Amino acid sequence: MSIQTHAIDMEALGRQPAQGLDDAGLALKVEGLSLFYGGQTQALFDIDLEIPRQRVTAFIGPSGCGKSSLLRCFNRMNDLVDGCRVEGKIMMDDDNIYDRRIDVSALRRRIGMVFQKPNPFPKSIYENVAYGLRIQGINKKRVLDEAVEKSLKSAALWDEVKDRLGDSALGLSGGQQQRLVIARTIAVEPEVVLLDEPASALDPISTLKIEELIYELKSRYTIVIVTHNMQQAARVSDMTAFMYMGKLIEYDSTDQLFTNPGKKQTEDYITGRYG
Amino acid sequence: MSATEKDSLYLQKRAGMLVWVRSGEPLIWANGAAVSISVIAVVGLILLLAVRGFGHFWPNDIMQSGVVYDGRESAQLGVLVEEKQVSGEQLRSAGMTLNGAGPFFNRMLFKQGNRDFLGSDFVWVLEEQLVDSHYPEWAMVVERLEWGNQYGFLHSVTVRGERVAEGEADTQTWQAFQQAIEDSLAVRDEIHRIERKVIGSINHNMEAVRLAERKLELAGNATPGALAELAERRAVLDAEYRVLQQKLAALYDSIQDDYYQIRLVDGRIVDQAIAKVVRATLPNQMSLLQKMGQYLAKLWEFLSTEPREANTEGGVFPAIFGTVMMVLLMSVMVTPFGVVAAVYLREYARQGLVTRTIRIAVNNLAGVPSIVYGVFGLGFFVYIVGGELDTLFFSAALPSPTFGTPGLMWASLTLALLTLPVVIVATEEGLSRIPSAVREGSLALGATRAETLWRVVLPMASPAIMTGLILAVARAAGEVAPLMLVGVVKLAPSLPVDGNYPFVHLDQKFMHLGFHIYDVGFQSPNVEAARPLVYATALLLVIIIALLNFTAVSLRNRLRERYKSLES
Repeated sequence: MSIQTHAIDMEALGRQPAQGLDDAGLALKVEGLSLFYGGQTQALFDIDLEIPRQRVTAFIGPSGCGKSSLLRCFNRMNDLVDGCRVEGKIMMDDDNIYDRRIDVSALRRRIGMVFQKPNPFPKSIYENVAYGLRIQGINKKRVLDEAVEKSLKSAALWDEVKDRLGDSALGLSGGQQQRLVIARTIAVEPEVVLLDEPASALDPISTLKIEELIYELKSRYTIVIVTHNMQQAARVSDMTAFMYMGKLIEYDSTDQLFTNPGKKQTEDYITGRYG
Repeated sequence: MSATEKDSLYLQKRAGMLVWVRSGEPLIWANGAAVSISVIAVVGLILLLAVRGFGHFWPNDIMQSGVVYDGRESAQLGVLVEEKQVSGEQLRSAGMTLNGAGPFFNRMLFKQGNRDFLGSDFVWVLEEQLVDSHYPEWAMVVERLEWGNQYGFLHSVTVRGERVAEGEADTQTWQAFQQAIEDSLAVRDEIHRIERKVIGSINHNMEAVRLAERKLELAGNATPGALAELAERRAVLDAEYRVLQQKLAALYDSIQDDYYQIRLVDGRIVDQAIAKVVRATLPNQMSLLQKMGQYLAKLWEFLSTEPREANTEGGVFPAIFGTVMMVLLMSVMVTPFGVVAAVYLREYARQGLVTRTIRIAVNNLAGVPSIVYGVFGLGFFVYIVGGELDTLFFSAALPSPTFGTPGLMWASLTLALLTLPVVIVATEEGLSRIPSAVREGSLALGATRAETLWRVVLPMASPAIMTGLILAVARAAGEVAPLMLVGVVKLAPSLPVDGNYPFVHLDQKFMHLGFHIYDVGFQSPNVEAARPLVYATALLLVIIIALLNFTAVSLRNRLRERYKSLES
């Protein structure tokens, strides 16, 4: 097998057409972000990044490069890790989300997250989707019914589960579970949806469905996705960031980055010569 | 290398010891043996208890025989309880004259009853001394409220001073006797109802009036008006009481002159009050079906009535009730406490040296001997907490203590403390096994930690909490030693739940099956009569613990099914 000397063949991927970036506003702005675990270990080094509104931004890079850590900074999931410290800013509109006065729960309602492994709650399908709303104190059945239906439809799951909303969510297949988790996330109407390798635990068909779903969702949500799979990043994203050893190496439009990478490291990685 | 030199792929025909050991077969055999022994032990335990205990209720035939010893013959009537082979040497050395030569002699234990006339309920006899054994058709056993069973022949029946039937081996006499017992039982039930329920409630109200008066005195509010009102209430109660007293006297009078005459096996004819009879039967005339009916009736009596005669007769219902009540109270106390502690240790506390130390301490608490908890319960709960409660809330009743004395609440609380480590450890285990992905999922939706805990984590940990509770129940229900210090008694005058406000009396002392076994087995004045009850009560305790456990296990399995862990 010969090693491709040039970057990924974008046409052969069956890629969804990318959107231009000119009309996109700014969803999140990362300014000089550094992340430390336990005082000594530094996971992220001085990251500067702008996430466009209603576009898909992908983070790629080898394992341990810090792409998941960066993603988890956006909804402050790293707060849960003992001894974790953040320097720098992440601006959402005009607010620094690391400001001490920020209500983390409110932040997480605006920036939702879907994890690598499907993690439905051991409740019914209906209750899983309604969970975020119930947390907010919404208990009116009519409102919940509507939101559940709308979210499940948005997540392309409604037709498969509409007759068994009362069944346990744990009885769904892995792919269905992951779409349920996406439905659960968008039920609370976030602005940004963070996807942490959402398809890595799924079979190819389910992966395809998730990718189609991502494309659907970007008309309404800003999406940030971390993925191991470069083809996936190339297929679904408008912007791609390549990270290596906790540093942001290159950040550009997906077309640009995959066809004409500006850095040697990026090219090595996307052509498979990364060692 | 030729083909013959190669190692054969097939199992070697003449397998040596080493091959057999390497095959793992000995280990499988050992495993099988260990399991078999465990099963046999459990089944054997249950069987022994069942045979020894529940055989006691079977209506055995009554045997009459002559006993010849030293050339003199005496008559004996009774039920064979046990047989034993005893060596002649042992008997001779005890000073007995033996006729037979055999190295072993069959020694039999008979229950002859009539403790009031013959001195003892049980008698040992050698088989060789028995002559002319037979089972007389009209041999009768009378179960009495006092002095145990009576064996003999019905001679006559007198009701209200009038002889209504006479003549032995006569169906009419027997029917008259049964009728008289039935009538007497009806009257006695009424007396019991009045004494326990009606007069009990009057006494309760009288005590309330006395306490109200005392309270007024203590508070310095004893105005003549208030006192007069209380005096009025008391007068009303007194009047009610006098009416009942007269009614009772009349009822007692009505059964006082009922008696029957029984001919004992030695020929004596004695008068006995029918008011003391529980039931009379003719076991030698009974068919198998009747005997089974009789057996069930006696078993039911054992389960549903109060004990009599220093716990050697009657039932164990108060002990069953006390055991179950105490275990339930203990569960209600220990579960929230243990879960909250575990949640703090696992979810909120910083995992450091202090938390580790606390965890080790909690684990060690489970190893403290239970009697130590009893001492702690007595010293802390009963004397300090109870004493304080009394001075604060029940000062009117002082100097007689309300909570400053051992009772149901303190026993439950002591056992809750005893089982707390089990619940904490099991709950922590369960909490630690919940995947962090689920917690993160909830947090990512904007839930706070407390909301996540309450809505997702605790429901998912509920099977583990139930496991803790099951272990706690198993330990608490079988515990006796600490209870002796904090509230269990040999005989409680009333159940801790009754019809008088506030219906559940946590301050009362109670009976417990475990202690009942100890009491009947070791403190009984009538060892032979008590022995089967020890077995029966032990089996009952095992069954009750098993039932409590079974309930908890099935509940846990349902929860498990609902919250089965997320598999990737």
